[in-house]
Amino acid sequence: MDFQFFLSLICGIFIGGIAGYLGTLMLSKKMALVAGPLGHLTLPGIALALLYGFDVSLGAFPFVVLGVVLIWLFEMKTKLPMEALTAVVFASGVAIAFLFLPIEQAETALVGDITKVSLSEAVITVILCFLVFFIIKKIYPQMVLINISEDLAKIEKINVKKYNFFYLGAIAIIVALGVKMVGGLLTAALIAIPVCAARNLSKNLFQYVFLATSFGATSAFLGIMLFKFTGFPAGPLIIIISASIFLISMIFKKI
Amino acid sequence: MSGPILKVKNLNVKLENEEIIKDLSFEVREGDVLTVLGPNGAGKTVLLKTLLGVLPYQGEIEWQKEVKIGYVPQRLPFIKDTPMSVEEFFELKGASKKEIEKTLNSVGFKDNPALFQKGGIGELSSGQFQRILIAWALIGNPDVLLFDEPTTGIDISGEETIYTLLTKLKEKRNLTILLVTHDLSVVYKFSNYVICLNKCPICQGSPKQVLTPETLNKLYGAEVKFYEHHRH
Repeated sequence: MDFQFFLSLICGIFIGGIAGYLGTLMLSKKMALVAGPLGHLTLPGIALALLYGFDVSLGAFPFVVLGVVLIWLFEMKTKLPMEALTAVVFASGVAIAFLFLPIEQAETALVGDITKVSLSEAVITVILCFLVFFIIKKIYPQMVLINISEDLAKIEKINVKKYNFFYLGAIAIIVALGVKMVGGLLTAALIAIPVCAARNLSKNLFQYVFLATSFGATSAFLGIMLFKFTGFPAGPLIIIISASIFLISMIFKKI
Repeated sequence: MSGPILKVKNLNVKLENEEIIKDLSFEVREGDVLTVLGPNGAGKTVLLKTLLGVLPYQGEIEWQKEVKIGYVPQRLPFIKDTPMSVEEFFELKGASKKEIEKTLNSVGFKDNPALFQKGGIGELSSGQFQRILIAWALIGNPDVLLFDEPTTGIDISGEETIYTLLTKLKEKRNLTILLVTHDLSVVYKFSNYVICLNKCPICQGSPKQVLTPETLNKLYGAEVKFYEHHRH
């Protein structure tokens, strides 16, 4: 096994696993598909990164932050539904990206490419994944309570704004890492599908988190392995594996 | 006895430019069971949430110093979005296993079946779930319990046991209780002070004094119904 391939496997397992973990918090709120539009919004950043040859996640990050701020503003200041945000702002992201995205690199932008990751990128990815893991672990019980009922959380003296800030920060980092692996189009799936599969199979929070994380990591691992043998792009393969796990979970679904 | 546990003076609540509560004043003393009575949409839940500090208001709300408050919400529809065992639900509040067990016992879950450790909270009946919510509010030994519409979605025998339970808990734990309901029988059976609310306060005092046909008519309009007491 060559070193480059090993690096992409490590990155994949970390990003996939943490995306699944974070997803358990996102599914239980109207936040479920926010990762989708966020992924789309990163496309201009990815295009810039590809054009000037710097790290895709680095290009994506400012745009994710912009997206998160927009979500935050929409949630706090207006009564407009989240769909409005999707339709207007994030579609614009896709449109702008295609004005200057080099067409031969469109595939990388849309469905990602983890297989060319460098050593330094891999190290930063793993560090960021650990950081996000500890953030999520720290805010997890409070976020679950906020998801169940914001009033109840406030009565328990939880500073909802503060926790939402860290939560959105974690989402921003994972989306920026996710676009490197599965591209702007598929990042939502990276976060949502393992969680949906896990929910089908779990009766309690522990199983839910454990399964979502495992499914995320396993999908990434198998997807990248499959890339090695078939030569198809890794991003779509990861999502297809993930979707297959979901289909299998439907069979075993607990009623 | 040191002053009232809660003092509300000239309370006004406005949400999105609509006046929900207008010029309400009352006091709650230790050991009181205060009922807020009124038709749907009268602002009862809003009043509870305002007292809990979740909603903006004008006027004065003064809780006794260091008073601990437990809140039993009307329902928690989003809880089913996350797979969770009863135990994990209690752990969100930082409760220890021992405390969870003790509190569950006190609301009538005598044995601690596997359901509570492994099973989902979504599998409980509505009566069981309401008991769980009461137990959840009791974690941390509150002095005051705020209870939103205890009867919702529960049949009459279930309702009966919830009030028997509340009476028992009140005596055992020396609780002061604020209760929201639109059920008149509850008011007579259970509380010593009632506030009739339909946006503006219509009457307040002991149930026997203030709940006259005239005030009830004013509160509920033509739809007023008297409930007979059922004794089981």
